[in-house]
Amino acid sequence: METYISLAHGDGGELSHRLIRDIFVSAFGDKNAVMFDAAAITMATHKIAVTTDSFVIKPIFFPGGSIGKLAVAGTVNDLAVSGAKPAYLTCGFVIEEGFPISNLKKIVTDMANEAKKSGVTIVAGDTKVVERGSADGVYINTTGIGVYQPEIGCSLEFAEGDAVIVSGTIGDHGIAVLTARGELGITAPVNSDCASLNNMLEAILKDTSGIKIMRDPTRGGLATTLVEIAEDFQLTINIQETAIPVKAEVHGVCDLLGYDPLYLANEGKAIIIVSAKEKDKVVEILRKFPEGKDAAIIGSISSKEKGRLLLETPLGAKRLLTRLSGTMFPRIC
Amino acid sequence: MCVGVPAKVIKKEEYSALVDVLGSQTTVGIIFVPEVEIGDYVIVHAGQAMSIVEEEYARQSVEEWKKLVNARNPETV
Amino acid sequence: MSMLEILKQSSNPEICKPLVDAVIQKAVEFRQKFGRKPAFMEVCGSHTMALARTGVKQSLKDYVQLISGPGCPVCVTDQRSIDAMIALAEGDNRIICTFGDMMRVPGSNRTLLDSKIAGKDIRVLYSPVDAVKVAKDNPDKEVIFLGVGFETTIPILTLMVGEAEKLRLDNFSIWMTTKLVEPVLRYLLEAGEVQLDGFLLPGHVSIVLGEDAYQYLVTEYNISGVITGFEPAELLSGIYKLIDLAINGQASILNNHPAVVRKAGNQVIHQWLEKYLTECDEAWRGMGVIPRSGLDLKPEYDKYNAKKRFTVEVGEPKKTKCRCGEVIRGLISPNECPLFGKACHPMNPIGPCMVSAEGSCAAYYQYMRESF
Repeated sequence: METYISLAHGDGGELSHRLIRDIFVSAFGDKNAVMFDAAAITMATHKIAVTTDSFVIKPIFFPGGSIGKLAVAGTVNDLAVSGAKPAYLTCGFVIEEGFPISNLKKIVTDMANEAKKSGVTIVAGDTKVVERGSADGVYINTTGIGVYQPEIGCSLEFAEGDAVIVSGTIGDHGIAVLTARGELGITAPVNSDCASLNNMLEAILKDTSGIKIMRDPTRGGLATTLVEIAEDFQLTINIQETAIPVKAEVHGVCDLLGYDPLYLANEGKAIIIVSAKEKDKVVEILRKFPEGKDAAIIGSISSKEKGRLLLETPLGAKRLLTRLSGTMFPRIC
Repeated sequence: MCVGVPAKVIKKEEYSALVDVLGSQTTVGIIFVPEVEIGDYVIVHAGQAMSIVEEEYARQSVEEWKKLVNARNPETV
Repeated sequence: MSMLEILKQSSNPEICKPLVDAVIQKAVEFRQKFGRKPAFMEVCGSHTMALARTGVKQSLKDYVQLISGPGCPVCVTDQRSIDAMIALAEGDNRIICTFGDMMRVPGSNRTLLDSKIAGKDIRVLYSPVDAVKVAKDNPDKEVIFLGVGFETTIPILTLMVGEAEKLRLDNFSIWMTTKLVEPVLRYLLEAGEVQLDGFLLPGHVSIVLGEDAYQYLVTEYNISGVITGFEPAELLSGIYKLIDLAINGQASILNNHPAVVRKAGNQVIHQWLEKYLTECDEAWRGMGVIPRSGLDLKPEYDKYNAKKRFTVEVGEPKKTKCRCGEVIRGLISPNECPLFGKACHPMNPIGPCMVSAEGSCAAYYQYMRESF
């Protein structure tokens, strides 16, 4: 097999055929995808969830994951936090001419492994090759289809006193990727949290009641996602700075660069709002999963009047948190 | 007017040092603190160590805060 | 206690919470004596941010008036200088290197970020010395660093010149627009527009200047200053000492950050500053030109002085209703500006105080808009 992707890999001819057969089909193991223009799938339900997401990340391999793992976990998580059971994925690749095929294999293997772990089948795919310089390595789009399960789901019926839970330490992905770029000369022993959360979230949905909403705080971080929940549902959410799990190393990098962990990206975390009664049980279940071992209750809904997010500082003072505004730059002064 | 973080020096070269900030590491310039030694904490600003943190004074400050607090609240220790 | 544990005490709630009460008690004592709240100015953008982020300012707001002064280097830079730096980026065959804070500062026509999006080579550096490396790696381009900053940052600019000299670079220069603390404090005191009981003096600038550098406050203006760090316990104890001095009617300079600030400052840094720099007049936002309030490269280093190497043309700055100039002088609180939170907010900043991470308006918008 060739070493690098060439434009011919995308022209629909023999090379395209081989690329699909040897790399994609051999990893994803669904022959339907190549024999027909569309995959035929069956689902015994009347209500499905559909989501799509495009993945562009630099570097494409980073501590704790790769663009491939991310492309599966990201879409699986979007389905899982919506309360649906992820079932099928499709994937579309845009590859830059000259991209090493060995790297493509690694990416596809990561996708296959993550799909297996989360129990989804990759049923359709597409590859396009663009001229060198027209793209940065590889971009992946995945679309996911999930099935809502009867009697299980998020109620969206909020009440004062509902607890806000985060499933683990925040900012790991942001720092892992930032430091992996090597531009800042900072090294941090932090892996991306990139992981599919569907099995863990299914467990809390099945074994507890009273879950109001689940969201994954990806870009924009914990604060931005909580502000969105607060505004969308007109809730005053109070979180305690000291209760939010942050790895020391993440704190360290943030101190050096003037970043705030509350606004750093996560790729394997869920925010869960649950009734006060069930909060401890939810945390207990989350902590049984490796992705949830640092789960913590970080705050509560204090009123249903005004959509806003408040952070209580270690001094006990409260301040308003807003969305991330613009890209974060390392600051100096 | 600047972000300044206490960082621990773990390796020293002529003009630069490797420092640790809560487990993350970076290289900083030490031209302004030539007397720095491994194990010292330094205040880093924009990639340069600007000052060495003196443990004795840092300790004194903590004692002073405790005194302020206790003077107000004699029953707590 | 290990060193790290000692350092962590500065944000330990068990120390900080009762310290809040101690400060409040002291402030009440002041009010009983003078019939008003004590008023102090912080002249450091990092203080402005730290006071708001940690909640110190909110916790004390009914007892102590904390006024943000001219401490954010981007904010105090006058509009014409900002426009000039943005115009500089428009030239061909140039690489502009800058601190992140500059990217979104509104110029009269555009921001540096706009120019970057339009394809100009503008790079945000964490460690400015890397700009010299950029120049070395791009010998066919002019590499210009935007030299904004107070005393803490200025020495780093001299290091860059030293490095460029060592590498015999012909394509590296700095656009110097630096600011000094003493001249602006004198300006504020001479103007007498704000009634102050003392200054919360900048912990990091003081690393460079030293404790002794502030004696003029006492001898010439009879006002106190306390050199203070950035963690909650440091801020609170600094404010406590300021109130205590004010109650006793005693003007004095205290070093509340002795672990890192020495009496005479950092002498090595002083040597670097003396070697490369000379005093110059600088224009400040809202204050005009203050004589000898900045540092520029000495003539023998013209080669590295971007202002000598390049000419940029800027028109009259665009007039807006922005009152950053008065905010910086401590005359108005950010929410007294008619634009605040309406036309001007972090996503659409009209003045620099809303965009810089240390700007008073940004701090106020982010942390102080409402009380809870």
